[in-house]
Parts: sequence; C-alpha cells; structure tokens
Amino acid sequence: MNFEDSAEEAAYRTKIRDWIAANAPDMSHLTPEERRPWQDKHKDVAGLWQATKADAGFGCISWPKAWGGAGGTAIEEAIFNQEEARAGLQFTYFMTGLHMLLPALLEHNKDALSLSLVPPAIRGDKIWCQLFSEPSSGSDSAGLRSAAVQDGADWVINGQKVWNSGAQIADYGMLIARTDPDVPKHKGLTAFWLDMKTPGVEVRPIKMMSGDNELNEVFLTDVRIPDAQRVGEVGGGWKVVISTLMNERAALGSGSGLSWRDIMQLAKQVASWEGTALDDPAFREWLADLYVDAEAIRLLSFRTLTSLSKGAAPGPEGSAGKLLWSGLAQNLSSQALDILDHGGLIDDPDLALMNGAFQHRFLWAPGLRLGGGTDEIMKNIIAERVLGMPGDVRVDKNVPFREIRRGR
Amino acid sequence: MNFDYTDDQKALKDEARKFLAACSPLTVVRGVLENPGQGHDPNLWARLIEQGWCGAAIPEAYGGLGMGYVELCALAEELGRAVSPVPFASSIYLFAEALLLAGSEEQKTELLPLVAAGELLGTLAVSEGPGVLTEATVAARVTGGKLTGVKVPVTDGVAADRAVVLAHGTSGLSLFLVDLAGPGVMREMVATIDPTRGAARITFAGAPAELLGADGEGLELLSRIQDRAAILIAFEQLGGADRALEMARDYALERYAFGRQIASFQAIKHKLADVFVKNEVARANAYYGAWALSCDAPELPLAAAAARVAASAAYWLASKENIQTHGGIGFTWEADCHLFFRRARHLALVLGASRDWKRRLADRLELRFDAEMAQGN
Repeated sequence: MNFEDSAEEAAYRTKIRDWIAANAPDMSHLTPEERRPWQDKHKDVAGLWQATKADAGFGCISWPKAWGGAGGTAIEEAIFNQEEARAGLQFTYFMTGLHMLLPALLEHNKDALSLSLVPPAIRGDKIWCQLFSEPSSGSDSAGLRSAAVQDGADWVINGQKVWNSGAQIADYGMLIARTDPDVPKHKGLTAFWLDMKTPGVEVRPIKMMSGDNELNEVFLTDVRIPDAQRVGEVGGGWKVVISTLMNERAALGSGSGLSWRDIMQLAKQVASWEGTALDDPAFREWLADLYVDAEAIRLLSFRTLTSLSKGAAPGPEGSAGKLLWSGLAQNLSSQALDILDHGGLIDDPDLALMNGAFQHRFLWAPGLRLGGGTDEIMKNIIAERVLGMPGDVRVDKNVPFREIRRGR
Repeated sequence: MNFDYTDDQKALKDEARKFLAACSPLTVVRGVLENPGQGHDPNLWARLIEQGWCGAAIPEAYGGLGMGYVELCALAEELGRAVSPVPFASSIYLFAEALLLAGSEEQKTELLPLVAAGELLGTLAVSEGPGVLTEATVAARVTGGKLTGVKVPVTDGVAADRAVVLAHGTSGLSLFLVDLAGPGVMREMVATIDPTRGAARITFAGAPAELLGADGEGLELLSRIQDRAAILIAFEQLGGADRALEMARDYALERYAFGRQIASFQAIKHKLADVFVKNEVARANAYYGAWALSCDAPELPLAAAAARVAASAAYWLASKENIQTHGGIGFTWEADCHLFFRRARHLALVLGASRDWKRRLADRLELRFDAEMAQGN
C-alpha cells in the first residue's frame, strides 16, 4: 500500500503542473453563468483547451500510439486529470468519445476508416455522443427497439433514442440497433457509428429540471448507414455496450464535482448560532461522514488505477464508486442549501454564495443517480457480479424479442 | 502508488487465514461466550504467541520481528474475520504502541521483549464510567508515585499483567505504567456486551505507578496511541464486516422462500449491495490508514479518524443486516450472527465511540483545510 507519488510520478506531476499553469485558458472574462457546462462560451474554452492538450501530446495520454494516443500509463493520465481538476479545468464534452465510445470502437474495429476518426476526436474538433437508451428501454438497455434493416451494402435505421448527452453538439454518434427481433433480446443487437449530419437524424434538446440542455432525444428516420460503419459483428452489439458501460462507470466513479473542500469553504462563510456553520457540531458530524465517503471515492479510483496498471479491465466493483459519487453529490448539495438557511433558496449566480454552485448541483443531482446506470442497476450489478447472488426472475429470457410484453 | 497488499503480504495474510481457520473457528468464540473466564481463550492465545504474532511489528531491537505495520494490519484483518477471542489488540495495538511512542529506553528495553514473546500481557486503562473521556471525568490520581482511582471497563483488565493508566499527575493528565499483579490493585470481571473480549473493573488503592512519557502530556499521548490503534482495529472491523457480509450472502443463497432463493429478491440483494459499498468505504479508508501508519505520514491523524469512522459504520451495518437477512434464526443464541454483532459494537466503543471520532475527524480536517488555504492551494 502506497498512496504517494513515486519519484518518477512526482517529477511527471511537477512537469504537468507547470505546463498547465503556462497553458491554461483564461476564463476570467466569463460571467458565472457562462462558466457553467453546456454554455456556449464554456464549450469554446473547453475546445481550445482540448486542442492545446492534443498539440502537446496530452490529448489521450494512456492510449496506445497505434490509436493516436501518447502511449503513456494510466497513472500518468490520472495525474494529468488530477492536476487539471486542481486548476479548475474539468470539461466533460469529450469524455463520451474519448473514455467510452472510441475505446470500444477500436477494441472491435481495426480498419483504417475507424482509425481515421480518432485524431479529430483527440483534438476536440469532433465530439461524440452515445445513442443507446430509448424511451422504452432505460435500465433494460438490451430492450431497445430501433431497427436496422440491411439493404444491399447499407443498413437502414428507424427508431428513437433518448437521454443522449451532448447530441445537440455532437459530430458523431455510436448507435445500437436491433438487427434481429426473432432471437432473444441481447443477441439481436448490432452497433454502428454515424455522422450526426446523416439525413434522417433529428436531434431535439430536452430541457432538464435544472434548466440546462445537456440531454436530447434523437429521432432516426430511414437513416442509411454503410456496412463499413458497423462496429463489431452483426448480433455482437451487446458486447460493445458492455465495454462502453464499464468504461463509463469507471470514469463516473472517479469523482468530479463539488466535494468536502467546497462545502467547508461555504460553511466558513455562513453564519450559524455561534460562529459559522463550520462551528456547528451537527454540521461537523455530518462533514465527518461525508469526508469518509469522499475519501473512499478518491482512494477507490486508485484501486482502479492499480488494476489498470497491472493490465486488468475495470471491473464491476466500479459500481460502488458510481453509487457513492452520485449519492454524495445529492447529500452535499442538499446539506449546503440547509446551512444557507433561507439563503439556500437563492438560485441567481450573481447573488448566491459561490455563484450558486450548490443550488445548481442540487437541481442536477437527481440526474446523477439515474444517468450512467441507476442506483438500482448498480446495486444489482454489485449483488450479482461481485457477491454472486442470482439474477431476478426473468420473464424475457430466451424469448424472441418480438414476443416480449410491452407497456408504456 | 499501489492500492493493494504486496505479494509477500498477501502470502502472510493467506497463511494467517489458514491458521485461524484451523485454530480459531467460531466454536472457540462461542466457548468463551458461554464460559467467559478472563474473557479470552488461553489456548488460542498461546498458539498465536507460538506463531510469533505478538512481535510482528515490534522492532528487532526490542525482541520483535520488525515486520512493519502493513503486515500487522493484514494479521488484524484476519483476526477480525475470525472474531478471535484474544487480547491481541490490548497488548499489541495499545500497550506496545504506548511503549514505543512514549516509553523511555529503559522501559522499552525492559517490557517490549516480554510483550513480543507473549510473556507479558499489557492493556490500556482510561475510562472511569459512562460518558466521554475529558479532563473533568478522570478522577484517578498519582501522588508520590502511588495511584488511586477506579478504571472501568478495562478490556483484558483481569488477564493483563501490566497496564498503561491515564491519571492526574503533578502537572495534569499523564500516562503511568502500573503492575497489575502488584500491591494496591483489585480486579474483578464486569459483564459486557461482548463477553468474548472480557473487561474488568480495576480499583487502585495506592498502587505503585511509573510515569510513561512526560508529565502532563497524557491526553496528547493517548490521542496519538489511539490513532495508531484505530487503524489496526479498523482492519479487525473490516475483516469482521467482510465475513458478516459473506455469511449473509451464503445464507441467502441457501434459504428458499416463495419458491426461490431469498438471494434472488432485490430487497435482499440491494441490502447486501449497500453493505458491500459500506465495506468498500471502510476498506479504502483503512488501506490509506495502513499506508500512513507504515511511513508515519503527517496525514496519519486524519487518516486514522477516517479509518475508524468508516470501519465502525461498516461493521455495524454488516453485523445488523446479517441478522436481518437470517431472519428469526439470526436472533437466536444458537446462530453465530450475534458473535459479530457483539464484536462490532465492542470494537466501535473500545477506543471511544464514533461520535468522538467524528469530532476528531472534523477538527483535523479543518486544520488541513486551513493549511491548504494558507498555501494557496
């Protein structure tokens, strides 16, 4: 057990810290509102930063050189991410492509066309989105109904996707569609990639309860995709889904967003009966519990790294990190509103303490417990894949997809 | 950076598990529960001594093996899994650590080799009854080298040969070494929620007491001793919590209701997934504590408090939900669930309750936060 940087890692960290300090984009001209994710100016800064990183060889540090990465280690990439977070540079626009979809694509496809998609994604010139979930298949992700029918050298796709993060700005998408409704649901799926400007693709933004526009619906009407854009085997789509989701949970569990430092900073500024909220014993007891969870999230990401550095893939235990992280976000933002008392009501970034970051997080947090696998699905994964408990009784197993009962 | 035991440490841990599976089955714990005696199993204790466990982390200069603290944590995790009824924590995590931290060269040279060889059993006597420990709640006092006062409960207080005692000295609370077999010491067993870890009420009436560490620094030293012990005990708690989760899982796989394994119901699956997550939180914080202990890192006090808070919460959840998963049988004397339930609470109280440690955690976190702010981080 060792939680310190080795001499090599420490040297790398210093190098990265200096490089970030010298190259970080200036965000001082942005208003608090403009600094929020999915605001145009925020996205522009993120794009500039991604290109700067890519030009310096920090775009995809741990990817093999054959994929266009730097051939560095997972530890180096983690150090870079930590230093980015420390400098307040946490952007998620490119994560879907770089952490989830493209690794899955390259795992299954080795052709030149697939490889050519990578460099622009690393530079942030091209953004990717995931087209997996559907209105009738949320947690039951293999229950999707969008149909892909072969027509000569093409596939023709019809259906509807939903909860597509970033689809409104994405250049490319990875799509799962049903290619065979006559076999059990997991076996009839196939993955494809597509240009989001392909005729028949229509993106409609969803306004979330936070008021932001990150998620979308995507309607697919007679969308024609050449077979060359198929990912993996026909009928092998579920494998692609699994490699993507495992990467997603490992990434989500690594813990970005507000944490104990932020709420301590807030608590120091807020009056309580005696002194500040930070002096209130009830708050301090709550803080101790929060810290223990926050530390676990931080330290468990080291475990993921330890196994990655030994060549192992992220495992189902990553689900514990995701559960902890989304629960912490809700617990922390709710507590922040409580210590603000009446002031917790104010959701104006220019008026609220710390630019209303906690109010904004409060209205985001319910989504964090749903996206990337709900709390309930995470618990099923832990129970079944870590603890070895049986799956629930399944009425849809070994039944041809078209015979499975449907409701709303 | 490495979040794991090394291969050698894993081998040591495997050996310890095999050894305890053979020598410390739950029937041994039950034996002590039903016939507490001095509150531990003397035969099992003798076996551990034979194996050299007592000297594992004591430096070679003082007759130990000098293996290191992560190795000691590995042994603690296995002892916790086995719910072993032995005075290891009292003598090693508390008494030996107190000597290493506060003892003079003479005290260390005299006593540590005896502790390492298992020839001397030590313990720590601080509490004087209900409520949290503060300067005001300690009445024990040493005057002219003689200790007067009552300590209760003192875990392993009847079996122990020597104790480190917290009492008022010339210039405030201090630690003293007292020979429990010497004059002016009266001891009796007290009933506790975990009879497999026996405790005593000790009355000191003019017992000879020798200062350990500086006069007036008792609370500061105690806090440092407890930090080190908290990390080691967190591993016992983690081991116990993991085993309680496995018991619950195994039972849920065997037990059928409504025509199916109860392990297939989400009510049970999600409950045990919650236990798993809590155990992961405990494991992460305990591992960090082990690292801090192994290199005496400046992060140790905060890491220790976090390890203790997390491990106490995890073992509590795992041990109570183990009973719940077993249903009615889990509440019987005959089932083994209560061995874990009792031990979970014993370990969570023995260094002071979670409430106390959450206070310490918040204090230390505030210090760290202020230091980071001062550095402009």
